[in-house]
Amino acid sequence: MPRCRRIWCVNVTKWDTDMARMTMIEAIRDAHAVAMERDPDVVVMGEDVGYFGGVFRCTAGLQKTFGVERCFDTPISELGIVGTAVGMAAYGLKPCVEIQFADYMYPAYDQIVSEAARLRYRSAGEFTCPMVVRMPTGGGIFGAQTHSQSPEALFTHVAGLKTVVPSNPQDAKGLLLAAIADPDPVIFLEPKRLYNGPFDGHFDRPSKSWSKHELGEVNPGYYEVPLGKAKVLREGAAVTLITYGTMVHVALAAVEESGVDVEVIDLRTLLPLDLETLVASVNKTGRCIILHEATMTSGYGAEITSLIQAECFYALEAPLLRVAGWDTPYPHAQEWDYFPGPARVKRAIATVMEA
Amino acid sequence: MSEERAPRLHVPEPELRPGDDPDFSHVEIPRAGAVRRPDPGENPEEMRDLAFSIIRVLNRNGEAVGPWAGSLSDQEMLEGLRHMMTLRAYDARMMTAQRQGKTSFYMQHLGEEAISCSFQKALRKGDMNFPTYRQAGLLIASGYPLVKMMCQVYSNEGDPVRGRQLPVFYSSREHGFFSISGNLATQFVQAVGWAMAAAIKGEHKLSAAWIGDGSTAESDFHGALVFASTYKPPVILNIVNNQWAISTFQGIARGGAGTFAARGHGFGLPALRVDGNDYLAVHAAAQWAVERARRDLGPTLIEYVTYRAAGHSTSDDPAAYRPKEEGNAWPLGDPILRLKTHLIGKGLWSEERHVQAEAEVMDMVIAAQKEAEAIGTLHSGKRPSPRDMFEDVYAEMPPHLVRQRHEVGY
Repeated sequence: MPRCRRIWCVNVTKWDTDMARMTMIEAIRDAHAVAMERDPDVVVMGEDVGYFGGVFRCTAGLQKTFGVERCFDTPISELGIVGTAVGMAAYGLKPCVEIQFADYMYPAYDQIVSEAARLRYRSAGEFTCPMVVRMPTGGGIFGAQTHSQSPEALFTHVAGLKTVVPSNPQDAKGLLLAAIADPDPVIFLEPKRLYNGPFDGHFDRPSKSWSKHELGEVNPGYYEVPLGKAKVLREGAAVTLITYGTMVHVALAAVEESGVDVEVIDLRTLLPLDLETLVASVNKTGRCIILHEATMTSGYGAEITSLIQAECFYALEAPLLRVAGWDTPYPHAQEWDYFPGPARVKRAIATVMEA
Repeated sequence: MSEERAPRLHVPEPELRPGDDPDFSHVEIPRAGAVRRPDPGENPEEMRDLAFSIIRVLNRNGEAVGPWAGSLSDQEMLEGLRHMMTLRAYDARMMTAQRQGKTSFYMQHLGEEAISCSFQKALRKGDMNFPTYRQAGLLIASGYPLVKMMCQVYSNEGDPVRGRQLPVFYSSREHGFFSISGNLATQFVQAVGWAMAAAIKGEHKLSAAWIGDGSTAESDFHGALVFASTYKPPVILNIVNNQWAISTFQGIARGGAGTFAARGHGFGLPALRVDGNDYLAVHAAAQWAVERARRDLGPTLIEYVTYRAAGHSTSDDPAAYRPKEEGNAWPLGDPILRLKTHLIGKGLWSEERHVQAEAEVMDMVIAAQKEAEAIGTLHSGKRPSPRDMFEDVYAEMPPHLVRQRHEVGY
């Protein structure tokens, strides 16, 4: 079994020695606080984000610290939240708004796709939309149909949007700070299953916390993890496994159990895509698996598959494989039959190695 | 207990269809000057009656009467007349240009010129309109160059939005005119957000949201009213009720409600209903709402009662769904003629001067058109480069777009 070589290369201005332990929730909250402290134009709003501090506590304490005009509750209207944010962003503020669950973004979809994404383009840069729309995403929590969806492909298909999915506290903070600073609209999908600890798909084992994990170490100051840069989490020579969000942890566990020397890449940003890193890896390994929680058909994996086959055709030793959620609505009782766990990933690794 | 009956679907129908004689006798038109003018600070609860009447200043004889009269100087009224005439001449030329194949599409304002031309005069620099595709008068009244407007319609090299938008979808931050979108009603809620931003920053600016009667049925209309009602930012919510949404008469969107203005009451917003063909009434109502915003008294809803005298767009023939002569029968008349009559009555204008002005305005519009067409039209002359297609999708062009641009050869 090859020795696992993990690489922690975080692109930061200067990594503080004074690291803090944070969960993903705390890292996201800290990113808000750092951004709001730094830039008076950063405004936070959404359902229950103000006085109460968010149903996941991601905005706890912000209203108290920065006042009601910087962090406030909104009516239950996703189109209202995003629509007013478009107006605020055009004015010159930097709204960082929350949709309570990604599953509830649909009423705001018109504002996101028709307005936020296109404002810069259609006005030739006269009006812009520097905003962030945060939404808890993904399953593995018995959330069933409307608390488990992974709608990233509905955003990556839209020209003008950037789509980000962090997989750990360190990245979550740095990516959120980069997203807030970014001049374009960013969809920031937070895998809710990772809020309190990493999850590798072994639902029958005790849950883990971020306090024991290297990536739970977070710099308390300002730093950015640049958008559009993937991260090689484990170097390997036999297969490239491309994934993001909760599936990063499922992939790492499955790889350890498989004994195969798999290179695991965390995309972090889906669009713009760090194609270079992916191509370099697949050209080296000759095999590739794409793994995501979202449903298979027309999912983001299809885009990666298409790009990799075009760029790495002559290096490929095996067909590209996708491991994804089944093409069904997200069920409740069948949570662990639906959720792509380590067993399915190991099967894919075995299949791709046989080819 | 009364007898049960199977339910029947009620589908509102306009009273008249093609072939019928136009008849607006059912439209209640109050006398000019009859509606009171409350102090802008008055409690919205106390002025609910204003949503069920029509604020009018110009009477049948063209006299300005009542408490809403007198908000404009002689000079301003003369200017207003010129703005409306310019918009009408511009519309006529662009309609023809579309018919000649110089552009793909156009939408005119016939009969609605007073609303946007007059409203703009109540604003100041720094305020922002969130218009629909039928408020080009806002641009004309704020001094935006006609040549630039035409270049946008022609999608030529001079088009400020680089040929990316359908004709009439103008944009000018400098002139307080937010980029127009094809998706109806989206701007209504954005305008509320803009005003919220002004309130958050404590800056003396306001926004004006615009929507048509048909689009009030969109969810964004409701969202805008909810957010406006909750945060009370300095926004004016304008509904232009021109009776028609393409072929659909306003009763389909309005249902059984008395008026569109009355929709404001459920949100605790003061609501005015105004004669949209009366330049003076539009200005007086706009000024009233602007004063509320400037005094931080919150939003105002205004319904402008008007009539879409022409087709919906160059792709529409209204003869297919309404009587041909209906526009001429509209009881609120023609906004240009009404202001003209008023100015003549005041000794500031004459029939001769008007004929002369019509010629002057047309000459100016034709000169601008020549200048615009010298640059190019949709199918000839200088057009934006295909390279422009890839710019401004993002602030910085990401690698995949650079690759695609190279593929096009730029």
